[in-house]
Amino acid sequence: MSLVERVRALLGQDAVLEDAKAPDGVPRVAPASPDAVALLLGTARSEGWRVRVEGSGTWMPSDAQADLALTMRRLDRVPSIQPQDLTATAEAGIGFDMLRQQLADHGVWLALDPPGLAGRTLGSVVATATAGPLRHGFGPVRDHLLGVTFVTGDGRLIQSGGRVMKNVAGYDLTRLQAGGFGAFGVIALVHLRLRALPRVDQTLLLEGSREDLSRVADDINAAGLSLAALELVSPSLARRPRWALAVRLAGSAPLVAAEEAGLRAATGGLLAPLRAEEAHAFWMRAAEAFATRPVTFRIGGLPDSSDELLDLIQHQVGDEWVSASPGVGTLRWAGEATVERLRHLRRALAALEVPLTLERAPWPLRRAVGHFGAYREGVGPLVAGLRHTFDPGNALAVAADSDDRAG
Amino acid sequence: MIAPAVIDTLSQIVGRPHVRTANAERATYSMDGLTVHRRLPGVVVLPGTRDEVIGVIRLLAAHHIPFVPRGAGTGLSGGALANDDAVLLVLTRLNRVLSVDPVNRLAVVEPGVVNVKLSAAAAPHGLLYAPDPSSQTACTIGGNVAENAGGPHCLKYGATVNHVLALEVVLADGRVVQLGSPGGEPWGPDLAALFVGSEGNFGVATRITVRLLPIPRAVRTLLADFASLRTAGEAVSAVIASGIVPAALEMMDKSCINAVEDSVYAAGYPRDAAAVLLAELDGRADASVDEDAATVEQILRTHGARSVRVAADVKERERLWLGRKKAFGAMGRVSRDLVVQDAVVPRSTLPDVLEAISAIAARYELNVSNVFHAGDGNLHPNISFDSRIPGLRDRVDEASGEIMAVCIAAGGTITGEHGIGIDKMRYMPLLFDGDSLAAMRGVRRVFDPAERVNPGKVVPLHACREWAGVA
Repeated sequence: MSLVERVRALLGQDAVLEDAKAPDGVPRVAPASPDAVALLLGTARSEGWRVRVEGSGTWMPSDAQADLALTMRRLDRVPSIQPQDLTATAEAGIGFDMLRQQLADHGVWLALDPPGLAGRTLGSVVATATAGPLRHGFGPVRDHLLGVTFVTGDGRLIQSGGRVMKNVAGYDLTRLQAGGFGAFGVIALVHLRLRALPRVDQTLLLEGSREDLSRVADDINAAGLSLAALELVSPSLARRPRWALAVRLAGSAPLVAAEEAGLRAATGGLLAPLRAEEAHAFWMRAAEAFATRPVTFRIGGLPDSSDELLDLIQHQVGDEWVSASPGVGTLRWAGEATVERLRHLRRALAALEVPLTLERAPWPLRRAVGHFGAYREGVGPLVAGLRHTFDPGNALAVAADSDDRAG
Repeated sequence: MIAPAVIDTLSQIVGRPHVRTANAERATYSMDGLTVHRRLPGVVVLPGTRDEVIGVIRLLAAHHIPFVPRGAGTGLSGGALANDDAVLLVLTRLNRVLSVDPVNRLAVVEPGVVNVKLSAAAAPHGLLYAPDPSSQTACTIGGNVAENAGGPHCLKYGATVNHVLALEVVLADGRVVQLGSPGGEPWGPDLAALFVGSEGNFGVATRITVRLLPIPRAVRTLLADFASLRTAGEAVSAVIASGIVPAALEMMDKSCINAVEDSVYAAGYPRDAAAVLLAELDGRADASVDEDAATVEQILRTHGARSVRVAADVKERERLWLGRKKAFGAMGRVSRDLVVQDAVVPRSTLPDVLEAISAIAARYELNVSNVFHAGDGNLHPNISFDSRIPGLRDRVDEASGEIMAVCIAAGGTITGEHGIGIDKMRYMPLLFDGDSLAAMRGVRRVFDPAERVNPGKVVPLHACREWAGVA
């Protein structure tokens, strides 16, 4: 029995997407439930199949060497939205735009604005921990998760966390999945922490040279304002002639008014408000532009090293497609890069104690340098042990390790 | 028992005064804040430096001796208790705030730093450390990390895991690893976040880098009182659904109110109220905080508050909070023994769950007081009793089990901030299936293959279905 016949016998005729074969000819399988994902991966383990996982196919290239592509596109339901509790449970294959819309219909909001196209799946955002500018005000992806259900590489369905605000029952496997790049299993279901839709959502913008805007960003940081986002965006990304410093305020009308007053005081009123549709277009364009370049990475330094890191990036790989959060110290870059260039940059950053996480790239590059690169001393065996715990047969095709492994 | 030769070597590492072997000395460490569990450790060791911690752990690894890390011993799950075949590694002498970086708003501390002392060190820079468990005047940051401690203000600011950026950890075999980074971006998978809340099972944190926040310039504290617990629970749901995120939203029931009012921590809570809610709003600007406070006050009134009092000044605010934070202590006067529970439910289920708990208390003829983080749905039903009365302890255990079952049935969990320790292991199979428990055990064995660090805690082994990844 061929692989396709075996999968059809397991999951039904329509589980194999005949008209949507991957470009490399790998059969694409779309289970319709977490249990079906578990059944598929359990069989993959026993049959020795190597599996790559896909979301909507708009972020990570579906090009890892594998025997089958597991697409999550049929796990796109939102079983629960509880506006009175500010929680929701969603399947991992739902597009972020669809999820956002369904939440908004209930008056609630997931305060994440990940890079990429609007239809990126929730599972992709969680697995890669790709937070956007809202990280400044609302924290990294992990802070929005209450729990996950995931399937290990050998087909076990594991529950972690729950749907309540606080939970310390057992080890926090949820946070291990956030940013695990699929190394520790396939995320099937996500319990989310929500916020009420902000009554007021205001973006203000200032254009100028990078150096001038960095100084303004320092002044804003020093003022200790409660901002939703503070983002320094390169001209290409902002589609503007010069660099843009964007500030987003979100919350109740009194809160936004107070913070806007604080912003004026800190900057001398330099930033100009955008109309709502302008603001929406600005943030959306900046997010989507990352999906147009072949390689994306993020680095995480300290707020006071933002400028130094931007200089380093400019020097090493160019700063045409860059978005930095100077209040947090993170920076996202997009463009074209070679293995050697990335390794060189990683070494330079490591000397500054700054990690570089490769978010997306063609498989040969991912495989060569890995999402994480060389681990620090003693950490490599821990990651390898966790990989073995959650994927003992090494069935999942992920680039958690690399040729640069160490430790 | 620990071999005399090992004790001698421990003394050489940390100094003889810092190795406690006498029965009376060890008995001091036989309990944590949940006094219903008692274990006498084999020996108690108090290292004074990071290098001494490493030396002790390497020695114990060489002799395959289990050990239990411990902070101030204020935990409430029996998590920091050691048997007589184990060494209790007390970290309270590692109590230095190593650095405060006001520009990047972070601090590096040793694990034995007391929670409030970190905020005190940050205060001159206009900063604070947000997690504020009720035991914050005694509990240590290392213990907070082990338990992922919360506190009233984690409603707005998050629990310990949201504030830990990086960790230096000594593993069970004595290897030292660096997890996370000062900027908060994980260096690889987020092992720092995985470590937080692992209850000492993954090793010992010797250096902890935490995020600091600006001290809010404007704070408003409201006290609302209600004629029924259900009404108070409904008011909590209404505040949360409004979209305003209070810094804290705490509830106390009548039994707790009176325990506080009878104590030296009397805060002026109305004794005839079925429940009081303590709501705090904070921010950078007076005007916006005033508006939000007015909105919350209006919500509380329209949802059944008999009265709403706004603290007139800092002194009154501190008094209102002292009563809340010392409520556990005040309840200690009510009876000889106290079981402190810790469960979390979806906030909208609070009215029903509180009624169900009252019904359980009535059925078992037990005195259950509720003091809890209502805004998070984090309940602390506390059962006061006298364990000398034959059969009463069994009744308390049965009632506790029923309370947990009610919380789980409501979609909740068995602990929000106190941890599993030994106290809640029996409930873990109610929450997790065998595969999920086995996966947790597998993770633990990645960090500690021989399961020597804080053995016998968190994951009940008999419930794990063994599988290849664990064996």
